[in-house]
Amino acid sequence: MDILTTIIQNLANGLLIGGVYALIGVGLSLIFGVMRVINFAHGDFVVIGMYSALVIYRQLSLDPYLSLLIALPLGFLLGLVLERIILSPLVDAPEDSTLLATLGLALILQNTLLLIFGAEPNSLYVSYATATIKLGPITLSLIQLIAGAVILVVIIGLYLFLTRSEAGKAVRATAQNRLGAELIGINTLAIHSLVFGFGMVLAIAAGIILIPQLFATPAITGPVFTLKAFVVTVLGGLGNIWGAIGGGLLLGVVEVLGASYISNSYRDAYGLVAFLLVLLLRPEGLFGKTVKRV
Amino acid sequence: MTEPILKITNVDLGYGELKVVFGVSLEVGTHELVGLVGGNGSGKSTILRAISGMIKPWGGQVIFDGQELGVQKPHEIAALGIAHVPMGRQLFANMTVEENISLGAYLPSARKKRAENLARVYSLFPDLINKRKDLAGALSGGQQQMVAIARALMLGPKMLLMDEPSLGLAPLLVKEVMQVIRSVAETGLPILLVEQNVQQVLKISDRAYVLDNGKLVLSGPSPELMGHPMVKKAYLGL
Repeated sequence: MDILTTIIQNLANGLLIGGVYALIGVGLSLIFGVMRVINFAHGDFVVIGMYSALVIYRQLSLDPYLSLLIALPLGFLLGLVLERIILSPLVDAPEDSTLLATLGLALILQNTLLLIFGAEPNSLYVSYATATIKLGPITLSLIQLIAGAVILVVIIGLYLFLTRSEAGKAVRATAQNRLGAELIGINTLAIHSLVFGFGMVLAIAAGIILIPQLFATPAITGPVFTLKAFVVTVLGGLGNIWGAIGGGLLLGVVEVLGASYISNSYRDAYGLVAFLLVLLLRPEGLFGKTVKRV
Repeated sequence: MTEPILKITNVDLGYGELKVVFGVSLEVGTHELVGLVGGNGSGKSTILRAISGMIKPWGGQVIFDGQELGVQKPHEIAALGIAHVPMGRQLFANMTVEENISLGAYLPSARKKRAENLARVYSLFPDLINKRKDLAGALSGGQQQMVAIARALMLGPKMLLMDEPSLGLAPLLVKEVMQVIRSVAETGLPILLVEQNVQQVLKISDRAYVLDNGKLVLSGPSPELMGHPMVKKAYLGL
């Protein structure tokens, strides 16, 4: 394989894994943008997705991609309920209260999963896990391509919701000015619940997409993905959900290029280096315009 | 006068431990433009916040259209038919002017009349037609104030509350905004207008209340207040 082909192959792999990061980052960014809550449990939501695919597979022998149809609606409800119980009462509290609340939620989720599933790593083997598709000179894995397709559908759906539907506009209005939104009759607390539900759905979708590709452990995988989600949102500009897509793709590419040209052992470190560089040089994010307030 | 649309009786208001409004009573009639004026920190905005449910009254009674207020959240008050043009306008800065205005008709009852009301507010604010596609955050202060009023009118409200619409505007624009407020009042919509700019308010309003340190000190028809020695001395600098 010549050098050019290798680069294209790496870019393609990077974009496919980056799409999953984008999905996670968009949810975190949406929650922050609308609710001003930094969700420390976001990576654990991803793990909930992974384990729900496992459970559905073991109990119902359902393909993980089909289990999305069951897990996403349930995840949405779980997100609504968690928001109502944990975050809703803190809506007017200082920001560090919600920060501690989500940190506490993360601990509870990690240890609950640990209690139920134990500490050993789990993965979900699908018969087509090693299948590949040749596209000209490059080869792509089938499960990553399916992942890419699911991500595209979810992101386009979210975009249409936020820009076309009345409820979506209410979400944007709440993010931009909560008081202004409330005064025109938008129930902003209900919008918060809705948004937290969406964040959960995006994270669970990411978890289900990932579980055929990696091994998950309750208390370790969650924090790793929380960290990745932070990197993605900072790369894209905090609260800028379209920036988070770019941030996710970039993180994926940086990781794959680093792993392939420098060393695979530092895979998780490359993203953090990019994160620090962006914080130093362009703290508003790569795609962020400074947020304007009226 | 027929039954007032808004009747506030003996309300006490405050934040935390601090009481800022003491036993204030006022009312707004069904076709009245009523001014509520006073200096900085006199408690005028606090009264508007209480009507809209942003803070809960400590005591007293607020009755709107025959219904007692006090427990409802701001979005529920909006659904009752009170539109509030808040201090600082509180627009959706990264949405277009038209998105801002249309969202004013978010509630199902208002949504039915959205197209009709949109045409109406554009005829009231023809300058906004050319700015339709601009982001609200990119407009000048005066134009933003127009958008905020337009957005509030899209609710098809029974009453309008306005909090310091002249704040931060150049004197020429203040006059323009005041004329707009008067023309909205001419359509028969009752308005409670809170302002520091006492002179302008007394020119356009039917009646006014003067608030000082959380207490009502004067009230009456605006032309009379304009000539009142206390108002002249304290607020008009005459």
